[in-house]
Amino acid sequence: MRCLNPVVPLRLAEDREIAAGQDRKGAPLQLPAAAVLLALVAGLGGCISVNAPDKPIVIELNINIKQEVIYRLAEDVKQNIEANPDIF
Amino acid sequence: MKKIAQFSSRRWSALAAAAALASLAIAGPAWAQRDPAYAAARAAGQVGEKPDGYLGVVGAAPGDVRALVDKINIQRRANYTDRAGAQNVTVQEYAFTQGCILIQRTAPGEKYQAPDGTWQTRGSGAPIRDPRCP
Repeated sequence: MRCLNPVVPLRLAEDREIAAGQDRKGAPLQLPAAAVLLALVAGLGGCISVNAPDKPIVIELNINIKQEVIYRLAEDVKQNIEANPDIF
Repeated sequence: MKKIAQFSSRRWSALAAAAALASLAIAGPAWAQRDPAYAAARAAGQVGEKPDGYLGVVGAAPGDVRALVDKINIQRRANYTDRAGAQNVTVQEYAFTQGCILIQRTAPGEKYQAPDGTWQTRGSGAPIRDPRCP
């Protein structure tokens, strides 16, 4: 298994203004707080493990049907059964 | 005079309605009930209700049962298409709702399909249905 350490450019809110100013000048970014945070995340092991579920995966084919529609139709469906008892 | 005439005509129509109802209950036109072969297949657990609103064949059923299921499903599809059009919904939406109610109305001992695709025998409790069912 490969562990991925997220290398995300972190930028804390307090640093943002300074960083923006430095950006404009083209100076390299110095973000101690972000660096500490990154080190912390790396230290904790930013490892994402994916395990296969025990239960079988059920693919929902009707996922696009809205519950609201089903509730609205329920009454008509019941009447439909009474009206066509031969096919239900 | 007019009042009496009105009353008697209303009474007559009520009588006619009662007579019609009585004849329905006694004779019963062919379309009003399940085909005996269909009723038998249901009771025997050879056919079951599916969540999609159609009948399914449970296990290895004989050819005549399969033909019966196909025939009823064609009738159901035509019915769902009609009703869905009247309700301004898709045929699939109507059929799915119908499936919810049909599974709910299965009698103990009859078969139905759970959302995971397995065939279940209806017990005395509530059937296993899609969480979106009303």
